[in-house]
Amino acid sequence: MNLFDIVGPVMVGPSSSHTAGAVRIGYIAKLLLNENVKKAEIYLHGSFRATGKGHGTDRALIAGLLGMHPEDERIPDSFQVAKEQGMQFSFEGIELRDAHPNSVLMKLTGVNGRELEIEAASIGGGRIRISKLDGLEANFCGDYPTLIVHNLDQPGHVAEVTSMLAHKSVNIATMQLYRDRRGGDAVMIIECDKEVPPESVEWLEKLEGVRKVTYLSLIEKQ
Amino acid sequence: MSFKSLKEIVDSVREQKKPFWRIIMEDDMSERMVSEEESFGAMKRMYDTMRMADQSYDEKLKSASGLVGGDGWQMREAVAAGKTMSGAFIGEVMVKALKMGESNACMKRIVAAPTAGSCGVMPAVFLTYQEQYGVKDEKMIEAMFVAAGIGTVIAERAFIAGATGGCQAEIGSASAMAAGGLAYLQGGTEQEIVHAAAMALKSLLGLVCDPVAGLVEVPCVKRNVIGAVNAITSADMAIAGIVSRIPPDEVIDAMRAVGIALPSSLKETGEGGLAATPSGEEFTRRMMEEQ
Ligand code: SF4
Repeated sequence: MNLFDIVGPVMVGPSSSHTAGAVRIGYIAKLLLNENVKKAEIYLHGSFRATGKGHGTDRALIAGLLGMHPEDERIPDSFQVAKEQGMQFSFEGIELRDAHPNSVLMKLTGVNGRELEIEAASIGGGRIRISKLDGLEANFCGDYPTLIVHNLDQPGHVAEVTSMLAHKSVNIATMQLYRDRRGGDAVMIIECDKEVPPESVEWLEKLEGVRKVTYLSLIEKQ
Repeated sequence: MSFKSLKEIVDSVREQKKPFWRIIMEDDMSERMVSEEESFGAMKRMYDTMRMADQSYDEKLKSASGLVGGDGWQMREAVAAGKTMSGAFIGEVMVKALKMGESNACMKRIVAAPTAGSCGVMPAVFLTYQEQYGVKDEKMIEAMFVAAGIGTVIAERAFIAGATGGCQAEIGSASAMAAGGLAYLQGGTEQEIVHAAAMALKSLLGLVCDPVAGLVEVPCVKRNVIGAVNAITSADMAIAGIVSRIPPDEVIDAMRAVGIALPSSLKETGEGGLAATPSGEEFTRRMMEEQ
């Protein structure tokens, strides 16, 4: 806990978990999609579903998808901003399995056709956790540059990725591996201490056996 | 923060012969590896944001549920008309606490201190104090450091969220933080600062979190008033030389134990307390129907 977790953050009310956390989920989802959102299908779970409307969770998620931060005063008007920018969205309730009470599932399509399905939770004090990406297990918070590689479960991929990072002098903070079954779909999630160069991300995308690379860069783009 | 108890802070103040707030700031500088300017500047930004939030209050705003809005304005009218028994100073503190709580419920920009639900307590007492006593910004920011240091110890030893510890953890912590800051502003010693905090926390021990329809509105907004006023009376007692008979760190530990013992229906689930009254349930039903 640091001092500014106690006095702060500066945020738009009324709730750090239902509002500020929701903005952050939307914001990180947009960064992961890596392009502007054209269409968002949003499914609210648990307390997000029960009290989300009163807490502005719906407007907060859209604000985040538009690239706003938790302190942005346009959050209450985000539906209007989305309309102006031609972003379509819809909300429904859902019962997610084994999910945190403040959870949301979003199916996103970007303006250039990229797609992303993300399940995330707001875990208190405005902090979040991404629990699923494109249907596969995940567990990261979006505070670090994060490299997510979906590949076929074959020998060698982990070594390829980690040696590439070593070559670029990118230190690994945490690393997780998941797969649905032996030889099936696998995912590695690597939180890094610094940004991974764009050409390395592109290089990974072209590797055989790699199905999709998602990279969370914390450098803001317009 | 490296301090796990208020006693450690008090000991450091004495050993290093530095002011309370500076001990806290230097700890922040070493933890976040930032300069004095950066640390002080970050706290200044928090205080400035609180002031802007106070000034941009809009009495016409209503929360999404329609339960909250306009009370700060109504309170101000009563204070201006000389109708309040508690006088101008406490009256203005009440006005500011209501305003900030309402602004939060109406999706305006606020500073969570320590949480969004309790965001009215610190600005209510600090901004009013500065207006009435005419002290410089720097001094107010020092008081913010004192308050933040106390809050961080509470967060380390217990909790600051209604969902984990009930409202004693939220409004209670905010009140303890503000009390410590006020005692500092009134020239209190390190001992008086932590005892002010302890007395404030003690007085709100057991406070349940029971928001109607699960929204940060009822009773949250008005609890900011009690948290703020309780901070002032606690600081006044401490400055008078009155001590908490239970040592401050033990009070925090008691708050933790009470929070754990509280049933989950009284920890932000909106299932107990005021939320479970016939009127509370009626509001909840109406909210659900509108969705
Ligand atoms: S009642 Fe609960 S939600 Fe409301 S201020 Fe207290 S702790 Fe926060």
